Amino acid sequence: MPGRDHKNANWLLRLAVIVPYLWMATFFLAPFVIVLKISFSHPEIAQPPYGPVLDLTAGIDGLKAFFGDLAAKNYEFLAFDWIYVSSFFKSLQVATYSTAMLLLIGFPLAYGIARAPRRWQGILFMLIILPFWTSFLIRVYAWINILQHDGLLNAILLSLRIIERPLVWLATDTAVYIGIVYSYLPFMVLPVYATLEKMDETLLEAAADLGCPRWKTFWLVTWPLARKGVIAGILLCFIPIVGEFVIPDLLGSSSTQMIGQTIWTEFFSNKDWPVASALAIVLLCLLIVPIVTYQQMQMRAVERGH
Amino acid sequence: MDADLTIGRNHSDGRQRRLAPWADPAARPLVRFEGVSKSFAGVRAIESLSLDIFEGEFFALLGPSGCGKTTLLRLVAGFESPDAGRVMLDGQDLAGVPPHRRPVNMMFQNYALFPHLSVAGNVAFGLKQDRLSKQEIAARLHEILALVRLDGLQGRKPHQLSGGQRQRVALARALVKRPRVLLLDEPLAALDKNLRAETQFELMHLRERLGLTFVIVTHDQSEAMTVADRICVMDQGRVVQVAPPAVVYEQPNSRWVAGFVGDVNLIEGRVVSSDGNRLVIESAGVGRIHLAATVDFARPGDTVWVALRPEKLSLMHERPASGEANCASGRVSDIGYLGDRSVCKLALDSGFEMKIALANNARSIERTVVWNDRVWVTWPQAAGVVLTR
Repeated sequence: MPGRDHKNANWLLRLAVIVPYLWMATFFLAPFVIVLKISFSHPEIAQPPYGPVLDLTAGIDGLKAFFGDLAAKNYEFLAFDWIYVSSFFKSLQVATYSTAMLLLIGFPLAYGIARAPRRWQGILFMLIILPFWTSFLIRVYAWINILQHDGLLNAILLSLRIIERPLVWLATDTAVYIGIVYSYLPFMVLPVYATLEKMDETLLEAAADLGCPRWKTFWLVTWPLARKGVIAGILLCFIPIVGEFVIPDLLGSSSTQMIGQTIWTEFFSNKDWPVASALAIVLLCLLIVPIVTYQQMQMRAVERGH
Repeated sequence: MDADLTIGRNHSDGRQRRLAPWADPAARPLVRFEGVSKSFAGVRAIESLSLDIFEGEFFALLGPSGCGKTTLLRLVAGFESPDAGRVMLDGQDLAGVPPHRRPVNMMFQNYALFPHLSVAGNVAFGLKQDRLSKQEIAARLHEILALVRLDGLQGRKPHQLSGGQRQRVALARALVKRPRVLLLDEPLAALDKNLRAETQFELMHLRERLGLTFVIVTHDQSEAMTVADRICVMDQGRVVQVAPPAVVYEQPNSRWVAGFVGDVNLIEGRVVSSDGNRLVIESAGVGRIHLAATVDFARPGDTVWVALRPEKLSLMHERPASGEANCASGRVSDIGYLGDRSVCKLALDSGFEMKIALANNARSIERTVVWNDRVWVTWPQAAGVVLTR
């Protein structure tokens, strides 16, 4: 019966929509609510190491007591302690500079691949993707080997007589930037390549035909058409770099911490779950602006049928 | 032959007809190809080709795909450079002049409109490169948009336009710089049939109004015949025939041209006698053919081909009274009704097959000829062309 089939199909469709929502609610929304709750509590030497704890057996009074005990003083604490503010700034600074470097390196790379002969594109593309097949952690450890005092980098620079005695690379900001730019490069190259590859090359001929020299064609045609990919690349790099933990922890110095490290320290060393949770919430609020911007851009692109 | 010697086809009889530049030995060509060759990855696209295009001409490059016609256009635009020979504009060699410095503009087959720019942005793109004043740009923009009937659409982006509108934006963008030569690469290929026919006439009128030189590339022979003053028929990187449309159609210089431009019956035969303006040919297909043609190249015994256009033939149910005309008999094997005309296939008694186009000029639903009818086909002595290759 067609009516029944229709009903079934409708049911299936609803199920298909519900499953991802359920997934998001269980693994993202619920943990977020828990972290939000902890961020409003205070530390205690107990198990769990914070209070108040919600006791549902105590009924309405228990609920009242629980909510009465929550306070925003962790957030006040964050605002007035320079350590936290400076590690936020540090994170934003590292993310900004390294995203700029990624763009400077990634755009020409993507452009080169997109303009390479068809038969080369697959191979070049592979070279960008290939490192992804090894664990991220192992690749960062490899950089420790390269950057250490008697590592590969110093050995090469010494043998080329560019430097006279080994330089300190490890545990510096330079090492962090090297690690980040290396690790995030594909996230910049791929979206930029995707937009450049789609670009109709006769547009460049049309620009030349209308009297536009090549360098100007880049600014008037190529760049505006690649902008969507560039913005996607910037957001794909910037957002996770702000919260980056592994790279600064392994390659950077302990004197200046990025926010990811600060959260880790609060959580595991100081056992101050409420402050760590408050930090995580603030970080999320900082990043939500670019994330929402990006999402809206994607939506608009979909609506326009691109 | 009038069409051979005059330019333009909408002069009224009262107006002075001027000598066509290609018939005038003193005329200087605007675009000249001199022994141009070009290959791509070892494949020859153009082979030592020479060709002159004159100022004010509507010139069509016609040929099957892969014949090198688009390459010829790209050589003028500067997107390709010749391996050998010279491409000249106004008597000057274009070698080494980059595309953005050539006073020619191209309309691309896929239009190549800038998707991020509005109609006005697209059309004014070329003007801005010339550093014209804002007022000048606005005035030229206004003028050209009115000319191609796009006024009011300045702010639209290409993806908000219909196919026909996009085509006009591309045309306006190429025209607005007033190029010495406008190059059109299959400009109407993406339009549907009615719009295409209409746009062909618009292109002609535009050319007449602006007095520019247009070079169009097309694989559509009726398009070339409609718009062009002269057609260059190309095959495999070579020029086969350059002539006004009527000459290409009525006096093709080879079997290939006769077959490519329009429908044709090709009858192979041997010359029996030739006395200057009368030719007798003996063929296996249709027997003896009498032709009124002044040919000095055919000697008795030569193998030649007679090209007969289907619309020059007529059908009769009775054997025609013996006279001047040629005739042959056969059976109708196929009829295709096309509205304005019907195409008949005739199986002659010799086994030879002939195509005949019958104009449906009487408004009648009854068919005058039906399948398997035994009929006679006749054609006047002046109807056929003798070809030797």
